[in-house]
This record gives sequence, C-alpha cells and structure tokens, in this order.
Amino acid sequence: MEKMDKPLTKNIRPDRAFATLADYESTGGYQGLRKAITELSPKEVQQWVKDSGLRGRGGAGFGTGLKWSLVPMDANVLQTRYLVANADEMEPGAFKDRLLLEQDPHQLIEGMIIAAYAIQAKIAYIFMRGEYHLAAKRVENALQEARTEGYLGEHILNSEFNLQIYLHTSAGRYICGEETALLNALEGKRATPRAKPPFPLVSGLWGKPTVVNNVETLCNVPHILQNGVEWYQGLGRGSDQGTKLFGASGRLKYPGLWELPMGTPIREIIEEHAGGMRDGYKLRGFLPGGASTDFLLPEHLDVLMDYEAVAKAGSRLGTGTLIVLDDKTCPVQMVLNLEQFFAQESCGWCTPCRDGLPWTVTLLKDIIAGKGRIEDLDTLAGLTRMLGPGNTFCALAPGAMEPLQSALKYFREDFERYIVGSHAVMESS
Amino acid sequence: MKKQVFEGLSSAEIDEINAEMSHYEDKMAVSIEALKIVQKYRRWVSDECLIAVAELLEISPTQLEAVATFYNLIYRQPVGKTIIHYCNSVTCWMLGSDQVQECLCRHLNVELGEMSADGEYTILPIVCLGACDHAPVVMVGDELRLDITEDAVNEILGR
Repeated sequence: MEKMDKPLTKNIRPDRAFATLADYESTGGYQGLRKAITELSPKEVQQWVKDSGLRGRGGAGFGTGLKWSLVPMDANVLQTRYLVANADEMEPGAFKDRLLLEQDPHQLIEGMIIAAYAIQAKIAYIFMRGEYHLAAKRVENALQEARTEGYLGEHILNSEFNLQIYLHTSAGRYICGEETALLNALEGKRATPRAKPPFPLVSGLWGKPTVVNNVETLCNVPHILQNGVEWYQGLGRGSDQGTKLFGASGRLKYPGLWELPMGTPIREIIEEHAGGMRDGYKLRGFLPGGASTDFLLPEHLDVLMDYEAVAKAGSRLGTGTLIVLDDKTCPVQMVLNLEQFFAQESCGWCTPCRDGLPWTVTLLKDIIAGKGRIEDLDTLAGLTRMLGPGNTFCALAPGAMEPLQSALKYFREDFERYIVGSHAVMESS
Repeated sequence: MKKQVFEGLSSAEIDEINAEMSHYEDKMAVSIEALKIVQKYRRWVSDECLIAVAELLEISPTQLEAVATFYNLIYRQPVGKTIIHYCNSVTCWMLGSDQVQECLCRHLNVELGEMSADGEYTILPIVCLGACDHAPVVMVGDELRLDITEDAVNEILGR
C-alpha cells in the first residue's frame, strides 16, 4: 500500500539501499503511467497536473501543468518536441534531488514518461551534474530496466506512444541549472543563458519546443496521476499543494532531509526535525531555500514553507533546503563565501554579473581584512541594486544579491564592527 | 619526462564518442561527453587530443576549446591518478572545509591544482556536492565521502 502522506520518499529506506524496479512496482509504481496512457489524452494529463496545483520545485515555482499547456501542440504532428529533466542540482545548501536520483530512479523516469506523453515529446534528456556518479549509475541501470519492461521505447504499454530517454552527464558549472544555459550545455556549447523570448517552450533545444522540469517536480507527477488531484491537494498545509523535500544544514543537532507537507512551519523543520541547534550555539538566522535566497531571522520561525508565505517574509522558498547561521559564524564571512561562489560561477556573458560579482568579493575581503571604509557599505548596497532583477541577463546575479542585501539589512553591525575596528587601529598608529 | 608521440585517438575512444552521437540531433552536442571520454583514458585533455576531437565532431578547435575551458571537470593540464575534490561551498565552509583543504595539501605536500610528486593525487576545490547534512564532504575520484575529519583524510590517503 502506498504511504499516502509521503509519496516522494515512500520507497526510500533508512538503510539507503535503492529501490529496484520490483520494489518500485510493488508500491504502485508505473500505475500512474498506465492510467495516463490508457485512459487519458495528453491534454487531459496536462489538465490533471494543472488542477493539482503542482509548482516547479527547482526554485522558481512556476505552475507545472501551465508550463506544459503552453507548448505548441496543434501544428504538425511530426513536430519534434523535447522534455528535459533538470538534474543539475548545484545550489549551495541544496541536497534533495540527489536523494531522489540515487534512491528511487524509477520515480523520476515514470514522471518523465508521463510528462513526455502530456507534451507528446519523443525524446527526453536527463541533464545531470557530472559529480553525481552514483546517481548516474543508478539512473542508467533504471533506464535499461524500463526499456526491457516496455515502459520506454516503441509502443509504450502497447500504445502508439514512443519515447527515448538519454542521460547526459555534465562537467560542472552552476549556471547549467539555468534553463536556457542548460539547453546550450546540452547542445555541447558554453553554458551561457539565452535571450528570452523566445521561451524554450516555443524554441528550445535545437530550436524545437522544449519543456525543462526539475527532478523533484517530475517525481510528483506519477502520484498525481495514480491517486488523483483531490488527494494531492489535500497534502499541503498552507496555500500550496503537495509535499516537498525540506532540508536543513549547518550547526544543527540532526541536519537532514525530510518529506513534509508544503506549508510546514520553519520552526518545525529546525526545532523538531533537525533537533534544534547544537549545544553551545544559538540560531542567528537562516537562508530558507539555498544560497541565492534572502536571510530570515529567528523572528520568522513561524513562517510557513510555501511560496507565498516565504515571499511575504522577504525571501524565497527556493529549493526548500535551509542553511542555518549560528551565533559563532560571522555573517560577513558567510556572505563572502557565498559571493565567491557566485563570482566564480558567473558565466561572464553580461557585464554587471561578470564585473559586479568580483567587485563585491573585493569589497567584502577588504572589509574583513580591516581595510574597509564606511562608504563601502553604500557601494555594496548600490551593487545589490545594479546587479538586481532587470539589470542582468539571467537570474544568477540577482540571486547572488539576495543574501547580501538581507545581510546588510539584518547584520549591519557585524559589517560596521570590522570597519570601526580598522579605524581605531588607524587612529592609534 | 620523454615526450609521448601522439598517434591520434584510440579506436575505443572513437567508438564511445560515436555511440554518444546517436543521442543528439547534432554532432557538436557530444563535445562534453567526448572530452570526458578522452579524460577517462588519459586523465586530461592535451592540445593534440583537443584538435583530434574537434576534427571528429567537425567543429573548430577554438570552438571546442571554448567548451573545454568553461567546465570545471574538464582538465587541460595533467592531473593525478585520483582527483580529490573538497567542497568549499557555504555549509562545508562553515563546518571546516578550510581545514580539510589545509590537511589534504599538507599531507601530500602540494598546492591546490598541483599533482603530487608520485603522480597519485591532485587536490581541487568544488562547489556544493549536495550532501550538506554531512558537511564537510569530499569526492575521492568518483566516490563521495561524508563527515570528513583529519582521521578520515589520513584514511583516504592511506597513511
């Protein structure tokens, strides 16, 4: 029987042995696909997923069914369309897709087959980061099993629907997670983002309509088909539907990853599931959804982890993996670590990002080295605007500015302490 | 060291690259896979190999070099038999990645990116390896290693 409250992780065992095809089928695996292909039209599958309220789990939160419904379906039946699973998990602090890929690869594959059926794609790719070796091995094996069992290939489940799924392992660059950069990477090019419009839904991989969905998003799909829209909607606790993998890392008693209803309060994740802070440490703040989200404070612990509630508190749900700042870690140094990451991972395509991020790093290093001036804080604040939404080619630099702008707001005294300290040294010398 | 004469890509390399081509509309799409296949056999991509792969894919060496220099896991200079990537992203940094790096480099007596004298190891930083609940972490060759301490480093290096 399906564990109804934890559909995504029901096959994941505490010993972390991975689910074989037989394990997956024994808990209802591939029943969602059977229903989609034998009972529903592609349009109906799109509608089911739209009605379920499933939103993209990669960070942006776009409606999944809505995304599928924007793919041009009318024109020519021979028109090539592509589906891509974004398995390029590289957001610092995020460790959710690796679990799904390593422990229950058939769940992703079934989700992909249903998604491909819904948009009538005949070829799909799994774009996986190159460092996920174990995941690549298990997904490749699972693809082979699915081909042998008739879930993939020609005439899937004796229908007219054909699909091939190929695994592409990348060679490392954070920007590949950006969907248009990912398409360039998949075409064998440098992973620089593309101008939008046209959106990939209309003109993506080799100019063909392409849907890019996150791994966790696709893993939700089989359960919606198998158990129905109403069941899925009943899983959320706040304004969003379904469950989500939430994680927490940092100086916590039990850092980890848990499947919980959308809208679970942050306090429950940090204090109950992660057991609170390690002895001798106090909670100072946290990034709710990975490196590219704004800091929140202990006063925000009762915020619900869903798209709207976290946005209202001034941050983003992002990947749903919390990074916790304790009272013995310097927030300025933490921000420096984050900005060094973003500066290194900038693709260099647009000037604000290519030049602004290293400048941010230099200013932060100077401040920490005691060479900062109080005006530097205004310059940093200026950079958060110049590198903010609308001024750059993609979302990398605006994401990079989120922890910085909120650190300047919430931890200003920590920045000033370095500067005041340096002035005191200068005056006394 | 005697300079090796380059005799072109091996038939195994060419076969594997050609097999990957069948997955895509366009030959250039396999550029990253092709470079990784070369690395599987030779650890790194020399100029000669880069030119040979470009010829196979019918693109210019410059186009392929633009790709080779973009991605973190493509090596354009010699690396050790085993690459140890230590994660230096935020949670690992908070929980001691600087000490992990210092410890690795001290034990092997190398700088970052340098090959150890015996040719066995190269130490490189890497972005978040997706195991933040077990920080700090490293990747030894293809294998992820969790909750790294100085003892774990000693064990990894077999000393």
